[in-house]
Formats: sequence, C-alpha cells, structure tokens
Amino acid sequence: MNRTTRLWTPWLLVAPAMLWLVVFTVWPSVNTIRLAFTNAKPLGGDAEFVGLQNFADLLADDQVWGAILNSILYLLICLPLLTLLPLLIAVLVEKPLRGIAFFRTAFYTPVIASAVVVGLMWTWMLDDRGLINNLAQALGVLQGPLPFLTDRWLVIVSATSLTIWKGLGYYMIIYLAALGNVGRDLHEAAAMDGAGATRRFWSVTVPGVRSTMTLIAILVCVSSLRVFSEVYILTGGKGGPGGQDATIVMLIQQYARGFYGDLGYASALSILLFLLTLVPLLVLARVNAKANA
Amino acid sequence: MSAGVEERTDTVAAGPRRPAPPTGGRGVARGAGRRARRRAFGTAGPGETVLRYALLVVVLFIAIGPFLWQLSTSLKGAGEDIYTTNPSLIPTQPTLDNYARVLDAIPVWQYIANSLVVAVLAVGGNVVFSTLAGFAIARLRWRGRRFVLGLLLATLILPGEATIVSQFVTIRDLGLADTLAGVALPGMVAALNVLLMYNAFRVIPEEIDQAAVVDGANAWQRLVSIGLPSVRGTIAVIAIFSFIGAWDDFLWPLIVLTTPEHFTLTIGLQYLAGTFTNDQRLIAAGTMIAFVPIAILFASLQRYFFRGVEEGGVKG
Repeated sequence: MNRTTRLWTPWLLVAPAMLWLVVFTVWPSVNTIRLAFTNAKPLGGDAEFVGLQNFADLLADDQVWGAILNSILYLLICLPLLTLLPLLIAVLVEKPLRGIAFFRTAFYTPVIASAVVVGLMWTWMLDDRGLINNLAQALGVLQGPLPFLTDRWLVIVSATSLTIWKGLGYYMIIYLAALGNVGRDLHEAAAMDGAGATRRFWSVTVPGVRSTMTLIAILVCVSSLRVFSEVYILTGGKGGPGGQDATIVMLIQQYARGFYGDLGYASALSILLFLLTLVPLLVLARVNAKANA
Repeated sequence: MSAGVEERTDTVAAGPRRPAPPTGGRGVARGAGRRARRRAFGTAGPGETVLRYALLVVVLFIAIGPFLWQLSTSLKGAGEDIYTTNPSLIPTQPTLDNYARVLDAIPVWQYIANSLVVAVLAVGGNVVFSTLAGFAIARLRWRGRRFVLGLLLATLILPGEATIVSQFVTIRDLGLADTLAGVALPGMVAALNVLLMYNAFRVIPEEIDQAAVVDGANAWQRLVSIGLPSVRGTIAVIAIFSFIGAWDDFLWPLIVLTTPEHFTLTIGLQYLAGTFTNDQRLIAAGTMIAFVPIAILFASLQRYFFRGVEEGGVKG
C-alpha cells in the first residue's frame, strides 16, 4: 500500500457521513440564521432582507408566548414523572424472574409505535364518548364527559399523559443499563442494617443512578420543548381551541407549509426553539462541572 | 463480551420460553446461595414474588391496554355499539370488514411501499456510512479525526426540529420537494449513530489491531475481519432503531409531502383520521395496519436489540 492511499483512507471512509452532516445539518443551521432575516416563502421565489422584523413580530405574537407557556407546563408535568416512574419500573424488571423478558419487551411497545398511531389510539380513548369518559361515568366518578381533547388546559394534561406513557419504556431501558452498575453489596449491606425496600430505594438505588437520573431529567426537558406529534394528533392538527395549545414546533410546521407560509418567521421560531433547548443543556454542563470539581 | 453479559442476555432472550426456576438464569445466584441472599434481604418467600408479578401485570395493563382496546375497536362490526358505557374488550360480532374499508378509503399498499422505501434507505445509509465513519474515527490515526469527532458531538445539541425549515429549503432546492427521496435522504446518516459505532469500535483492544498491522493488513481488511465481528450488536441496534424511526416519522414527511400518492403510512393515516373523523372503527383498523408490522418486526428482533443495548448501545 502506498503512502497516498494511507493518507486518504480515513477521509474516504468518513466522506459520506461528513457530506450528509454538512448538507443536512451544518448548512441548514447556518441557513436558518440567514433565513430568519428574510421573508422567504415555502414555494420559492425571491426573498428580501427584512432585518430584525421576524424577531420583532415574534415577540409581539401572543401565540408564540402561549406556545412557550405550553412548553413550560409540559416540562413541569413531564420532568418529575418521567424521571421517577421509569426508574421504579426498571427496578421492577431488573431482577431475574420467570417471564421478565416478556414484560420488558411489552413495556417497550409504546416506544416503538409511531406517535401518530398512539396519538390516534388516545384520541379515541379520550373522546367525549370514548373509553375513559364512559368508564368514569359508569363508575360514577364523572357526571358528564370531560372535554379532554377540546379544553385549552385539559389538552395539555392529555398530551403530557400520552408523552409520559410513551416515554416510560424508553427511559426504563436507560435506567436498566445504569442499574447493572449499582453494586449488589450495597443493597445487601443496607438490608443487613434493617433498611426496608423503600429506604433502600432512596438511599442505595437513587444515589447509585444519580448521574443517569440527571441525564434523563435533561433529556426529558429537551424533548418536552420539542413536542409536536402528540399535541398535533390529539387536537387534529388544530392545536386546541383557537390554536391556544399549539407548541413551538407546531408553529414552525404551520409556517413552513403552503402558499401562506413564511420561512423567515419559521426560521426565527427555530432559533427560539434552539435557544430554549440550550437552557437545560447548560444546566447539565454546570451540574457535570460541579460533579467533577 | 464478558460471560456475565452473555448470561444476562440469555435471560432476556430466552426467559419466557425456558422452563427456568423462578430465580431465573443467573448461574451463580441460583440455589442455596440465592436463598441465603434472599434471607439476607429480609424479604424472602412467595409473598414478594406475588407482589412483583402483581405490579408487573398492572404496568403491563397500562402499557398494552390501549393497544388492545384499539385492536378490539378495529374488529367490532357496524352493528356493535362502540360508544356504550358498558364497554367490552371482546367484540361480540368480530369482523375484518373495517380493514377492507381502509383498503378502499386510502391506497394502503402504496403507503406501505412508500414507508418501506424510506425505512430501508434509512437502515442502509445509517448502517453502512456510520460503520465506515465510526471505524475511521475510532481505529485509524489521522489528522482531522478530532475535528470530525467534535463536529459530530456539536451537532447533537441541535434539536432536529430547529433545522427542519432550512432542511426543507435544501430539499426543495435539490428539486426533491414532494418526493420520497426528499423524505428519505436527510435521515440516511445520523450523527448519533456514527458516535455509537465510534464507541463500539473503540472498545476493541488495540493489540489485536497492531498485530494485524504487523501482518500487513490494510484498513479495509482490519475493518472487515477485526472490526465488524465485534460490533454486530451495535449495528443491530442502529438498524432496528433506524427502521423504526423512519417508519414512525411524522413531522418531516408532513413538511415534505403534498401529493397523496407520495404519502408515507403515518401521513396517510393522519389523512384517513382527518377525513373520516367520526368513523372510529375505520381509524382503529388503520392504526393497527401501521402498528402491527413494526410490532412483529420488533418482537422478532428484540433479543438482538436488548443484547445490543447491554453491549453498550445505550450506556454509551
């Protein structure tokens, strides 16, 4: 083998991946910033430079502030539940037990289903005449149906429930990998000292998976800010009454489409989304820096 | 892979079929030692096992219940009241009629074919390109590998949704708006998969590589004969995840596609639900058509998936 091939081999091997990365990630990131200062249209044609107009419009747009509020609510509901519940389930399926593989796979099923599929399933269950309302009325819990899919606030509750239900298995697997590293000796020592299951969970399991827990908390925050399909499907693409339940990504999608779309505005929204998702990542960086200090 | 990992994988993969004792297959932990351990825990006896099974069944009900209810609705005939306050999971007049009606309402086979094309391209692109790039970054010494690695890591902080608008502009400028190629192309390489492959290649002991270099093996031979056999688990995870991800994707095809003939299954399903809003049996049948193939695929490959995850697919 001559020297030239040696020098070129690594570049040749990474070339396709790099090409894709540049064309479909790096360039679009740069282009998003450029587009945010224009009034480009989805169907093409000439785009004009409009300065900071898109950002000014964005700050004055009630729907954008509503979307930010929705995202924060989403995050506040999902964060505690999706950080804790999957850990409890992981503990439940960690120890070998007959048939445990079946349970693990079954618990993972909502993760592999499309958000559209599970969204439509939940739409039907949460319908005015659907399973949940019917059962609640049959059991006397409710006098009449609750508008899970049409009330401005209940939509958030419905969509977060769906997100949590779909995310349990995903985070369970991550916790399972982490639990494998928590020493059994610690559990046994704690048990010898007379610690009950609850006590051992809080003083052995939780500290043992602390770094994974931090990571999952951050992942949950970021994905709460990025939510799209759940709210879109549950509200039939409308974003609830008067579009009040629209999320930031739903607004991006709306402005990215069709004759009346506005790619400049959609790009400004994209930058807003990026800046919001940066907050939890910076928190993570801080936490890690502290842990290493 | 250590023996311990293999044993655990075995438990995962063969658990339900093997007539194992309730303590499972963790070699050492069986028998007397296991019992002593249980006593030490102070929670011995069948009581704990019963409680755990009870909890498992509750979670199972929560995880699977909605799917069963949707399946049940899809099999209920027109004569059966699906809005009753006394709902029944078992259809009294089971029928496949709703599935036939879905086939009449939308070109399901066309949509399945479209989704398959996109998913297969995603699997092929991610497996091949991530393997090549991951190998080069992990196993070859060259100027620029740190730069490439840094670039890959940097893109991870970008939420995909934040670049979707200009990604669409790129696809449009390439003349691929409203085409399946436009849907499939951007997803054919994911930075995360390259990093997963990088991680998988990195753990192969350096000495094996050096021995091969001394023997005169070039980069390609080392990749094929040393690299690939050790990273099959990660490749399986990437393949499974790429397929599921592409099959399930909604936002991107929703932005790219406008012509109904080009729809993928998820977009077609959303179109079906939007058109026949009040026909819950029909929508239920449609969702089952989209869900069942992926469920069968995952169920048949789950052992590779969980094994790959244990090998470090998720641990990273």
